[in-house]
Amino acid sequence: MCGLGGILNRYGERMSGREIIRMSCMMRDRYDGRGGGFAGYGIYPRYAEYYALHLFFRDEVAKERTEELLKDRVAIIKDEPVPMRRVREIPPENIVWRYFVEVPHRFRDRKEYQEREEDYITELVFTINDCIDGAFVASSGKNMGVFKATGMPDAVAEMYKVEKYRAYCWITHGRFPTNTPGWWGGAHPFNLLDWSVVHNGEISSYGTNRRYLEAHGYKCRLLTDTEVVAYLFDLMVRRQGLSMRTAAVALTPPFWKQIERMPEPKRSVFTALRMTYSQAMLNGPFAVIVTNRDTMVGLNDRIKLRPLIAASSEDCVYLASEEAAIREVESNIERLWAPRAGNPVIARLNEEVREEVIH
Amino acid sequence: MVRNFPPEFVVRVDREACINCLRCVRECPFGVHEYDREKKLWKRHHEKCVACLRCAYMCPVQAISIERSPMEYAPHPVWTNRVRKDIKTQAETGAVILTAMGNELPYVSYFDRLVLDACQVTNPSIDPLREPMELRTYIGRKPEKVELEEDNGVRLKTKIAPNLKLETPIMFAHMSYGSISIEAHLSMARAAKEVGTYMGTGEGGMHVELYPYADHIITQVASGRFAVHEEYLKRGAAIEIKIGQGAKPGIGGHLPGKKVTEEISRTRMIPEGSDAISPAPHHDIYSIEDLARLIYALKEATRYKKPVFVKIAAVHNVAPIAVGIIRAGADAVVIDGFRAGTGAAPQVHRDHHGIPIEAAIASVDRRLREEGIRHWGSIIASGGIRSSADVAKAIALGADAVYIGTAALIALGCTVCKKCYTGKCAWGIATQDPELRKRLDPEEGARRAANLLRAWSHELKEILGALGLNSIESLRSNRDRLRGVGLTEPELRVLGVKPAGE
Repeated sequence: MCGLGGILNRYGERMSGREIIRMSCMMRDRYDGRGGGFAGYGIYPRYAEYYALHLFFRDEVAKERTEELLKDRVAIIKDEPVPMRRVREIPPENIVWRYFVEVPHRFRDRKEYQEREEDYITELVFTINDCIDGAFVASSGKNMGVFKATGMPDAVAEMYKVEKYRAYCWITHGRFPTNTPGWWGGAHPFNLLDWSVVHNGEISSYGTNRRYLEAHGYKCRLLTDTEVVAYLFDLMVRRQGLSMRTAAVALTPPFWKQIERMPEPKRSVFTALRMTYSQAMLNGPFAVIVTNRDTMVGLNDRIKLRPLIAASSEDCVYLASEEAAIREVESNIERLWAPRAGNPVIARLNEEVREEVIH
Repeated sequence: MVRNFPPEFVVRVDREACINCLRCVRECPFGVHEYDREKKLWKRHHEKCVACLRCAYMCPVQAISIERSPMEYAPHPVWTNRVRKDIKTQAETGAVILTAMGNELPYVSYFDRLVLDACQVTNPSIDPLREPMELRTYIGRKPEKVELEEDNGVRLKTKIAPNLKLETPIMFAHMSYGSISIEAHLSMARAAKEVGTYMGTGEGGMHVELYPYADHIITQVASGRFAVHEEYLKRGAAIEIKIGQGAKPGIGGHLPGKKVTEEISRTRMIPEGSDAISPAPHHDIYSIEDLARLIYALKEATRYKKPVFVKIAAVHNVAPIAVGIIRAGADAVVIDGFRAGTGAAPQVHRDHHGIPIEAAIASVDRRLREEGIRHWGSIIASGGIRSSADVAKAIALGADAVYIGTAALIALGCTVCKKCYTGKCAWGIATQDPELRKRLDPEEGARRAANLLRAWSHELKEILGALGLNSIESLRSNRDRLRGVGLTEPELRVLGVKPAGE
């Protein structure tokens, strides 16, 4: 059991972290204190054009080795410790540092890097996580950051001073792990570039999904099933150019019986999606919230074995494991509903929130 | 010289129960039971008995039982009874020992050392009787990605290559008409159509009686090229090029002329009574580029409407060979493990060549993924699949679907007496004898073959439910849901599974 929450201000107006912290606190009995975290979009407006790398280092050696690699691969515009408070509940386990970086000009002039700048950063992230012992990239997107650790979400927020950041989109997660040991890197949200994921449940198809991603060059080394969700969206939307909607449909597709009842050409579209993305399909009990710079998506498994509630007010769209978490922070709810199994709820900046009816 | 060769079985007859109806004499095609009408004396030729159990089950008074002969050579752990008998046989005949069905040596079965996961608490199991549970599988080439036109209504831009649609990931393996009877073929063809899966013709062509089921039949092009003509290729649902088979990797086949009856001669397109010889290699395939040429020749002949599979025996280098096959343009690679059955094979080949299917699936799947071309073609595994659990494990190791041969024949009544090559099958399966063939009713055969598929499909759904998955696709290559018991580290590494407890 875990708890999720997310807020997206539809007009891109930035909110302090207080509300997402309150949402998270409302679902306290869904957590056991072995992982909590937040992701905010729009928090670094002054450095918006640079990749913001949030890094955990176990010790100075890991930090030095990582910085050597960073200096070799990217131009560091600014680096500093992530501001933190000492909190009683969370023993200091890591050095947390952030780097604002860009792909250096000497690479950017080369055609292949212009086309593949994001792949270049992805590669860097995988290299650090994979090759440098004791170093871990918590987030790597632009104008966003992930704050996570082993502990209750409120303590994590206190430690990272989350309330001081302002973002137009926030997501949170509190963990009650049953599959992998609790460590800072294993807390949610999981991130790659702009993609962040929080997840409640289990991806029982993890082995299938992982091998599918590995065949596309992704390295799944985080000892957890959630990372595959971020990588799948990255692969399908960023690299293959599918829309968020189509990617979500491919990840929790309708059952064959439903597809058979569809009229053409819809039927061939869905058949092709299922045939092609059979190994990307997510199976098992889960609710996830996936975000990138302009979108927040809520997605349930195909038979809804985990809770997920959606709501909208005039300005904001909310997603949460518990209705109470939404009511805690929003008194003017216009619409509140439980999305149906497998139907993605897609909230996008400057658009109406939609539940895509595919099931 | 005295022939000191104890029989394998003894026929025991309850003389009080026996009513001398002579049914056993008529039923036994091997001539075990002999009755001298004048002297009113029975003689049982125990040495001819193969334990097919036909006489025992047809005896109206159940007077017959077949037992293992208690008479054996003195025990010896190295010079086993079988070894001694083989040597004596060869000393007598000077010939290769012929046998049938699958490998008999006690190699480790990896299927039996792999266990499946199940849900507890954190991931609810799913009841397939209440929730949807999907076994549908597509065999063939898939695109790397789907491109859609989303301007006015969604439309598919990507062209999808021809695929076979299976309602359950189990197909009937290629067994030729000639090695088995038309009744056996008909049974499987009907069952395949009924359940929504496919059967293979083997290399003996497609008998006219199978035409109504042709859309559920995979035709085969083997080294003898029997029956291969344009109509034959176009009639089936897919085409399979047979390079080798798991029961006898590296060698060809031989259907003796006396089995080439009129109908078989017509179906195979060879003269009646002539030996049907399938050479060990295809004499136009001496390299991978030759294979590519044949794949595309077949695709051209069928206007790119039929998927083309290539079947190989699982041998040491199976992974790079399979990759080559997929790169050469095959829509699926069929890997036949060393436990695969056959109608006739030299014992030495059957028992000593090839590798276990489990290891072959794991390494082919891994290699195709490493090269980023897993979606170019499907993996069909065969050879020694005995149960739905084997199917589930094969799929978890990386197969898309499986072929069953021996299991299908057992469903039709086969008792695995290993005498298929004699053409005297007492159950009417591996025979062309018109009298023996009457023993298999294709209606009943179809019912049983379909039942087997249905039963295994039910069990597969239950297995998926216990794993918390509602689609077979999510089990494919999901080796995380397997654990090894009693396997060594290198074996675990090859299979890509963790030991139990880890």
